[in-house]
Amino acid sequence: MSKRDLNKLSRSASRIGVLALCCAPLAFLAWQTFANQLGPDPAKYLMQSTGEWGLRGLVLVLLASPLSQRGYRFILRHRRILGVATFGYLTLHFLLFAQVYVGWSGDLLREELRERPYVLVGFAAWLCLAPLAATSTNAAMRLMGRSWWSLQRLVYPAVVLAWLHIFWLARSDVGKAVFYGLVYAALLAWRLGRLRRRGGRGRAA
Amino acid sequence: MRKRTYIDRTIKSSDITPEPVFLNRRSLIQASTSAMAAFLGTPAIAAEQSIHSLPLDYRDDPDRSLADQQTPYDAVTTYNNFYEFGTDKSDPARYAHEMTTDPWTIKVGGLVNQPGALYLEDVLRGFDLEERIYRFRCVEAWSMVVPWIGFPLSSLLNRFQPKAEGRYVAFKTLHRRSEMRGARSFTSVIDWPYREGLRMDEAMHPLTLVAVGLYGKTLPNQNGAPLRLVVPWKYGFKSIKSIVEIRVTDRQPQTSWQMLQPQEYGFFANVNPDVDHPRWSQRYERRLPSSVFNPNRVPTMPFNGYADQVAGLYEGMDLTRYY
Repeated sequence: MSKRDLNKLSRSASRIGVLALCCAPLAFLAWQTFANQLGPDPAKYLMQSTGEWGLRGLVLVLLASPLSQRGYRFILRHRRILGVATFGYLTLHFLLFAQVYVGWSGDLLREELRERPYVLVGFAAWLCLAPLAATSTNAAMRLMGRSWWSLQRLVYPAVVLAWLHIFWLARSDVGKAVFYGLVYAALLAWRLGRLRRRGGRGRAA
Repeated sequence: MRKRTYIDRTIKSSDITPEPVFLNRRSLIQASTSAMAAFLGTPAIAAEQSIHSLPLDYRDDPDRSLADQQTPYDAVTTYNNFYEFGTDKSDPARYAHEMTTDPWTIKVGGLVNQPGALYLEDVLRGFDLEERIYRFRCVEAWSMVVPWIGFPLSSLLNRFQPKAEGRYVAFKTLHRRSEMRGARSFTSVIDWPYREGLRMDEAMHPLTLVAVGLYGKTLPNQNGAPLRLVVPWKYGFKSIKSIVEIRVTDRQPQTSWQMLQPQEYGFFANVNPDVDHPRWSQRYERRLPSSVFNPNRVPTMPFNGYADQVAGLYEGMDLTRYY
């Protein structure tokens, strides 16, 4: 086997590995659900859990560039899988909300969007990420050219909206909101700094 | 000891908890906690030691066939909000066994002619015990149907003869840091001890129950042993657990959740589908157990379905203002 073939093989292997890692939390949640390990109100726990994994996924995805600049390219290489997986968890989060809290009623969903700001910003965050997932294919990247990179910037408002979502939801413990707030702020600040250094031109690496 | 059954005939008939489920509840709990513990590497609490249910002097009434579908004992005793033991729903079942419930003293005082105290034996044997199958609605929009065993709060209050000036009744939960790890926690949010209160007419209402048992046996610690309140037309946080003090006052007492977040939790806390919680709707509730594919969403009823018995207490009151 040539060196190029070996490289390709190891790349595929690590991709499969990362994909497996992304699916692991979901597999565990599925097992817990079907084994009745989640108590009498599993849907609420699942909704919170999938949301939490989405938040973590966003942190990972935003870590790709800063880490790669310091020589750790692993996350950058697999950023696409991580991003799409994150969107998967967040879609599940949204579907669970639709199923359990809104009963697939359009009227109720509209009312929730109107009456509860945190639902609105959560939905808006998901809407920001949907086009990113839709254009995550190689074909899309080719077809869109430079505008593909501009579209990717939607991840920034998505993160801000997602943080607002959990901040407005916080009941007695604001700990989680504070923690993610600090982390996202740091990650976004790094990007802002880089944007200034580049004079606002050029695409993200 | 007479055994009477109180049946709310507006609750529709349905299945009783299947006997195999009911009888096998301990092994179900044991199996699930052991499996979870084995997987997560955490110590499993023996089901026997965490639930000390003593049979009460009570017999099943044949009229139970009229009851709404009751929530299985497993769910009732392993899914609890009892923040003194932690804020996860499974924490009380895991840690409440640390609480000593024998001996137990309930101080009764304030604006009463005969202030005094009640002891464990008094509440378990000093009153005629009845079964009351009530809907229980948490403010978090989940609900259960629980067969409580207890006696009307009015029976207890009348023994101490509330004075005419007494317009409210205030309650306090046990606060014993050495036995309540949630109360010791650095991030515990509630200003202990847990406090609740009722207007006098609410306290004297025939529906208001002092519960000392459920499913025919004494309360497990996580459900508020050895005695708790059940006020079925109000959100569950009004049904204060593990009571150590009852005081008649002439001023509206402070209540824990109202002190913590007054814009979300009011004094009355009547179940009302038309008054949303600031962060979620109260129009529907999940009747537990619910599953992902069958969430068991049911519409919430005004006063949790007890409107014809209690709505009169609030006539003329703006329920959106006095929530």
